[in-house]
Amino acid sequence: MTAYSAYRLLREGMRGHSGWGKAWRTPELKSHYDVVIIGGGGHGLATAYYLAKNHGISNVAVLEKGWLGGGNTGRNTTVIRSNYFYPQSAALYDFSVKLYENLSRELNYNVMFSQRGMVVTAHSEPEMEMAARQYNAMRINGVDAELLGPDEVRKIAPILSFRDDVRYPIHGGVFQPRAGTGRHDAVAWGFARAADQLGVDIIQNCEVQGFVMQGGRCVGVQTSLGEVRAGAVGAAVAGHSSVLAQMAGYRLPIHSYALQAFISEPIKPILDTVVLCPPYGTYVSQSDKGGLVIGGGLDRVPSYGQRGNMPMQEAVLGGLCEMMPALAKVKLLRHWAGIVDVTPDSSPILGPSGVDGIYLNCGWGTGGFKSIPAGGYLLAHIIASGEHHELSRPFDLNRFATGHLVDEGAASGIAH
Amino acid sequence: MTSFRADYGGLIDRSRELKFSFDGKPYQGFAGDTLASALLANGVRVVGRSFKYHRPRGVWSAWVDEPNAIMAVTLNGRELPNCLATTTMLEDGMQVRSVNAWPSAAFDLKGGLDIFHRWLCAGFYYKTFIWPNWHMFEPAIRKMAGLGSVSTDVIDDYVSDQIHEHCDVLVVGAGAAGLVAARTAAEAGHKVVLADDHHAPGGSLYQVDRVEGRAPQDWIDEQVTALQAAGGRLLCSSTAFGVYDHGLVGLIECGHFATAPRLWRLRCARVVLATGALDRPMTFADNDKPGVMSLFGAAELLARYGVVPGREIALISNHSLFKNAVQQLESAGAKVRVLEASTTALQARGRKVLSGVSVDGQHYQADALLVSAGLTPLVHLWCHAGGKLQWCEQRQTFLPGAPPAQMTAIGAANGTFDLAAALDEARAAGSGQSASRSDAAVQFTPHWPAPNSTGRQWIDFQHDVTLKDIELAARENYVSVEHLKRYTTLGMAADQGKTSNMAGLAAMATIQGVDIPHVGTTAFRPPFVPVPLEAYHGHHTKSHYHPVKRLVLEPQHRAANAALCEYGGWLRPGWYGSGERDAIIQVEAKMARDSAGILDASPLGKIEVMGPDAEDFVNFVYYNSVGNLKPGHIRYGFMLSESGFVFDDGVISRVDQHKFVISCSSSHVDSVRNHLESWRQDGNDPARIFVHDMTQQWATVTVTGPKAREILASLDLGIDLAADAFPHMTFREADYQASSVRVARVSFTGDTSFEVSIRASRAPLLWNTLLAAAAPLGGGPIGIEALSILRTEKGYIMVGKDMDGETMPHDLGFGGPREKKNTAFVGDRSLHGAMANERDRKTLVGLTVADGAPPLPIGAHAISETSSPRSIGYVTSSYQSPNLGRPVALGLIENGHDRIGESIHIRHREQFRSATIAPVCAFDPQGARLNA
Amino acid sequence: MQIFSCPFCGPRDEREFHYVAEAGKTRPDTTQSISDAEWATYLYAQRNEKGAVREVWMHMTCAELFLMERDSVTMEVLRTQGLREGDQ
Repeated sequence: MTAYSAYRLLREGMRGHSGWGKAWRTPELKSHYDVVIIGGGGHGLATAYYLAKNHGISNVAVLEKGWLGGGNTGRNTTVIRSNYFYPQSAALYDFSVKLYENLSRELNYNVMFSQRGMVVTAHSEPEMEMAARQYNAMRINGVDAELLGPDEVRKIAPILSFRDDVRYPIHGGVFQPRAGTGRHDAVAWGFARAADQLGVDIIQNCEVQGFVMQGGRCVGVQTSLGEVRAGAVGAAVAGHSSVLAQMAGYRLPIHSYALQAFISEPIKPILDTVVLCPPYGTYVSQSDKGGLVIGGGLDRVPSYGQRGNMPMQEAVLGGLCEMMPALAKVKLLRHWAGIVDVTPDSSPILGPSGVDGIYLNCGWGTGGFKSIPAGGYLLAHIIASGEHHELSRPFDLNRFATGHLVDEGAASGIAH
Repeated sequence: MTSFRADYGGLIDRSRELKFSFDGKPYQGFAGDTLASALLANGVRVVGRSFKYHRPRGVWSAWVDEPNAIMAVTLNGRELPNCLATTTMLEDGMQVRSVNAWPSAAFDLKGGLDIFHRWLCAGFYYKTFIWPNWHMFEPAIRKMAGLGSVSTDVIDDYVSDQIHEHCDVLVVGAGAAGLVAARTAAEAGHKVVLADDHHAPGGSLYQVDRVEGRAPQDWIDEQVTALQAAGGRLLCSSTAFGVYDHGLVGLIECGHFATAPRLWRLRCARVVLATGALDRPMTFADNDKPGVMSLFGAAELLARYGVVPGREIALISNHSLFKNAVQQLESAGAKVRVLEASTTALQARGRKVLSGVSVDGQHYQADALLVSAGLTPLVHLWCHAGGKLQWCEQRQTFLPGAPPAQMTAIGAANGTFDLAAALDEARAAGSGQSASRSDAAVQFTPHWPAPNSTGRQWIDFQHDVTLKDIELAARENYVSVEHLKRYTTLGMAADQGKTSNMAGLAAMATIQGVDIPHVGTTAFRPPFVPVPLEAYHGHHTKSHYHPVKRLVLEPQHRAANAALCEYGGWLRPGWYGSGERDAIIQVEAKMARDSAGILDASPLGKIEVMGPDAEDFVNFVYYNSVGNLKPGHIRYGFMLSESGFVFDDGVISRVDQHKFVISCSSSHVDSVRNHLESWRQDGNDPARIFVHDMTQQWATVTVTGPKAREILASLDLGIDLAADAFPHMTFREADYQASSVRVARVSFTGDTSFEVSIRASRAPLLWNTLLAAAAPLGGGPIGIEALSILRTEKGYIMVGKDMDGETMPHDLGFGGPREKKNTAFVGDRSLHGAMANERDRKTLVGLTVADGAPPLPIGAHAISETSSPRSIGYVTSSYQSPNLGRPVALGLIENGHDRIGESIHIRHREQFRSATIAPVCAFDPQGARLNA
Repeated sequence: MQIFSCPFCGPRDEREFHYVAEAGKTRPDTTQSISDAEWATYLYAQRNEKGAVREVWMHMTCAELFLMERDSVTMEVLRTQGLREGDQ
């Protein structure tokens, strides 16, 4: 494989870029692997990469039913952050941010993690009290944070409306300087290229259609390209986790919902950070290419349809126009949706599935992209060692039986 | 012919000259011009610069597929970025600037970037800027990117109307096929809407001499008249931009410049797509040179705007449909030379703009080169709706295949480029028959990009994606069509690949040695054209956005100079008076304990539960038992979720054996009602229980404090108010001024309190009477802020504030039913799980501070004393108590109930303090005042 | 905006509706001993089918619960009926 560097780019530029090799191979599916990972999105590819890199397990296949990175990895709003309340969540997501901070160098692929910060605004005195609760929790958890007053919010995001007639005036907010955005496709491609280099077989257009069971244990999968035996199977298929579960005979506490995302026409830089205004149900950042990347809440109707619906578009985009009325004249270029897997506590599920030989990485809901390196790292650890990592243990499926939910929504005082 | 404007023809009004400027230079156009047609008529060739290389670019087409002519436009102080010159109608006084160019499109300082093009290949940024850090490079790249800049001004009247409509048949596109389909459907008695994105209907008909033997304008007028006579509706300047679930189509109707477009949400039983087709560019060396234009774009510019693209025109196409255009151009005075060439043999010549064409080394002079590499039907809406596409070898394009529900494509959108055949299809579709596609009357020679040829050949003009970029993507194995798109950014520009996608995937097919359908297409995502965000926003703005709920007593509060704030979605008095906020609140809280406070408690939920099974039902939905609750008595209780978490608190009043009134917290009324209804209908016999929300019908005024009884007596209700006759946690019904009232002795303050509920319309009388009675006794109105102090003094929780979503009732000191209740209730089993039994659960406690210390900040955390401290809880309510002369606070602290008296560390914004864990109730712990 | 048909009020905008649960869940008798796992299954386990689903919804404007059969991919509504009509 060709290493990427500015020097190499200069040289290739002089000879028509003819020397660049394939970013990843297109290998034939073998009949046996030590580990088969279902799902060629960020989490699946990262799992394969860390299995090879950290655990020396490189006889690994990643099976992707479409094109790699084509699910939620390529459909999200690219926010990376760790502004979480509970220590378990903060530890997990901050670990991910830390992996992201070195990811471009580690993978030799620029994933453009841009730490321009994220502010979550507060719009009343009670919300400022909650913001303080959140801010203090983040600092105690060892996550960077600043508690801002209205003037500081204005300095960070002057495009927010500070007029008297706004519906929710800004009282302040919580800022995480190390948060930011990354280039979503590059994360998938970077992990794919690095995993491939370590010997992992990435098989695209290969759909898993069933599990091969032997004595109650999963020993492989049936695919559209034939049967594959595996020492262990990892499932990282996000919104389709329940579909796999049905094939294998376990049940998950998951609802699938469409989550929409929006991008505007490219405009000159007007917003440097990610801004989330909870009462408007909308967050926004500006990509390096200039488009406003806009997101909000889940659609109202459980869905596997990867497309948006008008009510949530109006809620999210209308909310943006209220937050930043100067941007009402900017045009929407494109919108789309991904299918996210939502658990009762909106926290992920990592670890054994309940069926021997199958391990889970799912339930990330709206937060899958930011956790790609950590999700992959931890699933690789679990598969390789057969045991939880201290960071993944709180997110075992078993928590739903014991009641140890990790509910960030709950932390903010929102009762169920 | 003057300059590049024909002397006659087109839909422009040559009697109305409009002045405008472009990049600072003054020009003139006519009413009916677009910015693009006006610029072309004035001989302006370079209208913008490309996104990456800052290459000079000219107008390519006549309508929505234009990739190059993007402008910032200012008119009357209103500025819009990124206006498409081909769809923006010219208005007098417009100041127009090219985007991505400085100082002008003709001379752009960044034009020099193009010499570095060999290093700015597809995805170059993935391969570099890794060391030392992306943050070093990103700011400069951000500045370079983006098209126009957005003014930070808010345009105040930029508010979109939003319209809900429905129809039997929506016809999209008012060209020949659309007009006939719409007319036919309307005449068959259907409710028809015909939408077209141009100012005037007719589509490409203005390019031809005769339609069914008539002049185009006459024919068009006849169709429109007939359509309207049959009750059909024509919407011009209206673009159908997306198809959504259950037959919903989104349209935007545009008006004058910088006015907000109108959003139509049109629910359609059937949709007929007559959206036409677009010209495809040809891929050859320097095919982005200004002067290279779409053949049909040029024909349309002539037909609609009387603009001649050049005086000496060269033309290449892969089909025979160009003949009419040649004839029109020649009669407008241009010389046209038709060339035949393969893309490898062809090169555009000229320094900045086109001056000629080379074909196999042979040079031809030309100031315009019109190209068409085939026609691509506009199938966006088809695909939004879930329709499939199929490859047509004969037409060398994708055509509508398996249809989505209730959708038909006709005319050019269906690959039927022959007018007579299109009209047949239209008549069939208009009368509800499914259209069968006739054989193509026109032959299209395959004419696709030729990889490994020389020269820089543009595939995506706006994003500067060249054939070499596609080749690089293939070399690096980004071969899936979505990888190709994302890696090279092909088709991701503002035109969304309308001109580029086909060429890009054809190139990939050739490189891989597969056929085009094997490569497939990328998803067609709405909107079809960029839509201003405002369209989705509309009039739900400012106070109309999530409007607050308002109290019936609001005029009385305003008269009393109340500071109205939002609490749980209601606009309620926070305090009364205009002095210093905190001082007033202290005074109110003290007054309420010294004399009396009068509080508007109307938002408190009042939900009646009635019926023979009401008692069992209330017992089931509440944590607390009500079996032994006697009529006339009240009990405090919790509603839990099935996960065992506290969902709401409130009081239950038992009116009689079969009737209860549930009083829930004001922000939870709707969710409590839904919760009750869910359990009532699913799991109980709904015929034996009724749930009735009376919250809005009744206003509630609370009188609290030592003088409460005296004040209440002024109402003369005929109730014995004595403590033993009317004890705490009971209620009475009575009449007040011919209205029935319910008086409840419940207290959220810890003092003797009476909650008086009355029909909402009678509330002002009640309120005024109580205030009048209170004034001579030193009492008066109190707001929510003073109430917060009073309840914190007593350790009464406020749902949402003094708990988190994991709080269970035993955490709040209410463990009784968990231990003892022996009938099933919502959440019961969850109260006995491993987590529920843990010793270090966060429990509600009081917190005290050292003498003279200020109140603890709300949101401060308690931390463990270990070397690496962790949070063990937080302060939820905290105030200075004017009645105790010291701060009072509540907090959720791990194992707090067992740690009363312990000192803990409090951390807030890196400052540390200490506090002592105390019982929750700091004021009158024996409850003497409560029961007085 | 999807259109759901309330069995009592007729076709209405999806925003008037509230998703309640998958159909066919029965609350265990909590006066008897129930294992953590059984209770967790009742509380949280979902079929979450891709394709035809059967769900309980509430029409919030009339507060009536009803059963809806729909396709979770195409969003086509196949049938709605009152909670007590026919089988449950």
